[in-house]
Amino acid sequence: MSEHAIDPGRRGILPALSDLLWRNPRLVILLLLGPPALWLGIVYLGALFALLAQSFFSIDEFSGLIQYEFTLKTYRELFTPANFDIILRTVVMAASVTIAAAIVAFPIAYYAARYARGKWKALFYLGVMLPLWSSYLVKVYSWKLILAKEGILNWLFETLHLSWLLNAYLAIPVVGGNSLSVSATGTFLVFLYVWLPFMVLPIQAALERVPASMLEASGDLGATPGQTFRHVLLPLALPGVIAGSIFTFSLTLGDYIIPQIVGTSRRFIGQAVYAYQGTAGNIPLAAAFAVVPIVIMAIYLWAAKRMGAFDAL
Amino acid sequence: MHSDRAPLALKIAAAAGLAFMHLPILLIFVYAFTTEDKSYQWPPPGFTTKWIGVTWERPDVWEALSLSLKVAAISTGIALVLGTLCAAAVSRTRFFGREVVSLLVILPIALPGIITGISLRSAFHLADIPFSFWTIVLGHATFCVVVVYNNAVARFRRTSGSLIEASMDLGADGFQTFRYVILPNIATALLAGGMLAFALSFDEVIVTTFTAGQQQTLPIWMLEELVRPRERPVTNVVAMMVALVTLLPILGAYYLTRGTDTVAGQGK
Repeated sequence: MSEHAIDPGRRGILPALSDLLWRNPRLVILLLLGPPALWLGIVYLGALFALLAQSFFSIDEFSGLIQYEFTLKTYRELFTPANFDIILRTVVMAASVTIAAAIVAFPIAYYAARYARGKWKALFYLGVMLPLWSSYLVKVYSWKLILAKEGILNWLFETLHLSWLLNAYLAIPVVGGNSLSVSATGTFLVFLYVWLPFMVLPIQAALERVPASMLEASGDLGATPGQTFRHVLLPLALPGVIAGSIFTFSLTLGDYIIPQIVGTSRRFIGQAVYAYQGTAGNIPLAAAFAVVPIVIMAIYLWAAKRMGAFDAL
Repeated sequence: MHSDRAPLALKIAAAAGLAFMHLPILLIFVYAFTTEDKSYQWPPPGFTTKWIGVTWERPDVWEALSLSLKVAAISTGIALVLGTLCAAAVSRTRFFGREVVSLLVILPIALPGIITGISLRSAFHLADIPFSFWTIVLGHATFCVVVVYNNAVARFRRTSGSLIEASMDLGADGFQTFRYVILPNIATALLAGGMLAFALSFDEVIVTTFTAGQQQTLPIWMLEELVRPRERPVTNVVAMMVALVTLLPILGAYYLTRGTDTVAGQGK
């Protein structure tokens, strides 16, 4: 019996292979990781680098052909007033959508995390998951129906005899317009609607971890509900808010369909990228435009990581 | 205990938020049956099921639908394999560059879709690859990996390592352990991940506009109708159909991971 202190190994190809893998954990990792790493490395990173490379080329103004030489000329074009305006408009929109989403999402997340139990908890979870996963285009389309001139929102204002209020609001220069469906407010509402679930889930995850006793202790020590919210609840929920804001901010920065369907004719970054690579054929400028959200998101992610937002994902 | 009852203001705010998230979608179902075919008139002057029949007879809708289903099925298959492999590697062992791998998987959906789209398009352009069915699949599979990965990695984390050791101690080899111990443990997570990946691919439009040539997936078909409306009633019906097709996998995924999710949420 003691002759074979070491197992002689199993017979057959598969068991032998299994033993080999067991003895070489590194080989296992390599085999497991190989296919996905190759796919993402070649298809995705390769494509990203191809894009980056293109942004350092330029387009010849006369012939319209791409010159394959290293230049920063294309990046300089980003800072012309017209283009810089596009970037600024997109970032302002992304920031306002993010802030509004955090405000609307917080009560939902807080109620779901602290008060909802059993059946209600499941209902809240589904209530956020369904809109999160349901079709993006259908969601945008539903707002086209809502905001249409003969649509439900105008009908509602008319029935309540509040049309004057809507018209007064639409008369405000930047946010207003001829009607809601061609105003910046319309674009904002659709963005808010479409990305809201992305904000609720991380805030809820962060709030789940706040013990109720902590809030009670704060109250026992004499804090008003407002003070408890400001000094206890909000700091603890902040990583969740930031995690959610990564989604809302990034998704708004890169979207080109919503502002195309609902909103003014003024462009967003996504539309600029789409237009330059498509009809204009100016791929270098489109690539340079696409780099803008990457850079903004890189800075944002770096800041978020420092604030511990990734623990809440 | 008073702290267990939610303040009224909070209740109202939460309910209003949920209503804001759900009411717009419900409108789609109303409009699919309206008799008005020139505008988006509310309230609808009457209801009819005529447009469902009209849509049923449309070959372009059927073609787009079948292309979307095919793309979603194949992309989901690729994503299932790649996502599971990645999750297995990341969750079971610590190795150099582990964080990089997680980042790499998440990147395709953390970055705006337009970047994934234009990157792929410029890469296809540089490599002289003509647009085809497979270029669409290539794009979709890339961002679907993360959904499978997320589901699988969470389940792997909860699957106790001692189960695997016990299986090995009892004489099973690596493949048998995978087949009889690991796979049954992660099966529902994979199914859920696969369903979500399917839903994601089925209604993806941003990346697809960059990686499709002349072919129309159902979302691309819808986008064209949105930008240049031709037949609103047909679009209404298609919108309802898409909403329903994506609804089923979401509900399925929810029921498959239901028990485990409450554990994950409340444990930490």
